[in-house]
Amino acid sequence: MAAKRIIPCLDVKDGVTVKGINFEGLRNVGDAVEMGASYAAEGADELVYLDISATQEGRKTFCTLVSRIAERINIPFTVGGGISSLDDAARLLDAGADKISLNSAAIANPPLIEQIAGRYGNQFVVIAIDAKQCNGRWMATTHGGRRMTDKELFSWAYEAQERGAGELLFTSMDHDGTKQGYPCHTYKALSERLSIPIIASGGAGNAEHIAEVLSSGGADAALAASIFHYREITIPQLKLLLRRRGIDVRL
Amino acid sequence: MGETIIVDYNVGNICSVENALRRLGATYCLSGDPARILSADHVILPGVGNAAEAMRRLREKGLVEVIKAVKAPLLGICVGMQLMCNSSQEGNTACMGLFDVEVKRFPDGLKGEDGSRLKIPHMGWSRVSSLKSPLFEGLEEGSYLYFVHSYYAEESPLAAAKTEYGVTISSALWRENFFGTQFHPEKSGDAGARILKNFLDL
Repeated sequence: MAAKRIIPCLDVKDGVTVKGINFEGLRNVGDAVEMGASYAAEGADELVYLDISATQEGRKTFCTLVSRIAERINIPFTVGGGISSLDDAARLLDAGADKISLNSAAIANPPLIEQIAGRYGNQFVVIAIDAKQCNGRWMATTHGGRRMTDKELFSWAYEAQERGAGELLFTSMDHDGTKQGYPCHTYKALSERLSIPIIASGGAGNAEHIAEVLSSGGADAALAASIFHYREITIPQLKLLLRRRGIDVRL
Repeated sequence: MGETIIVDYNVGNICSVENALRRLGATYCLSGDPARILSADHVILPGVGNAAEAMRRLREKGLVEVIKAVKAPLLGICVGMQLMCNSSQEGNTACMGLFDVEVKRFPDGLKGEDGSRLKIPHMGWSRVSSLKSPLFEGLEEGSYLYFVHSYYAEESPLAAAKTEYGVTISSALWRENFFGTQFHPEKSGDAGARILKNFLDL
């Protein structure tokens, strides 16, 4: 068996983390490398860094940052945001990223998944889908949920898997930011239909929500940002609770 | 510590191994030169991608006999370890035969202890047990290490660690100066760093 994974997500803009406060002993609060190192030391199983820079300059800074992360951090990490070509993926791989996540670029150009997975392996490609419910169907969106696409969640997730994605990161835009928990039925249905691991994201307000999505939701990993960044719960506290619920986590 | 050679045979990304060695303060060099490999204090055989392809490159560079002749501690990581076995079902290739073990593909339909369907590749943190060899000094039975693989070395008397993933696999192998790990010590947090340090201390 593989343990269920806990994955803090750090949003990075122009090389600096956007969210995050109060890391004890941390000199530079906004330093993405130091924050990641703290999470790794606390017991995070992986990290995700999302580049939310809007400029070319910011993108370059991000690539430099990825090299610094790789030098410092001794657990796997995924990078995402603005990856739209094989070259982008190659640059991040060379900088030391273990995986990349594709979102809008894969929707606009699905063969990109095959190109990248064919070159660097399925384990290198995470397909990220931000979906929301529309007339009873889950539809993939782009631009932070503001733009609806014609891709239905289940069929798009399956297509991405068949094209070579090695993991699915599914965020419900209806739940993201609400702190009311995850749509566990949807995760369960996804895990029954797909053979690749599923990472739950968006909606965690407390540890019980995470326990639920990892058990009844069938998710393999849970990703969260604010509950970790604002120290609402620490990773060791969360993992102890998960263990008590009978969930296999790395302690 | 003297010089550690990472065997260079164009198998793609090895920067995580380099970074891990740098964090441990090791002096290392990437080289495919037989003389340097044979005179190194430690040798690391990384491996990424397809086993048959990796074997082809080792042969092309004339490194198979060189690696077999290494007397210093040698560590094969992931596909690197698989290449040290007899053969691999990945591309049905003969391998170097340093470990008398076969490498097989995980069968479909594997079930975990709780009856859940196991996914392939086996990716993530799994426990290692029945630990032996100096590599695991200071590590607890049941430590979690990071794996990414679809092919596995079968159970063997040479196993220095075992892992359950639907079947029992050799998650580490050991014979004389030859060591192999299926997991990635360079990505396995503090436990992995300890294993690499134990190796460099040999």
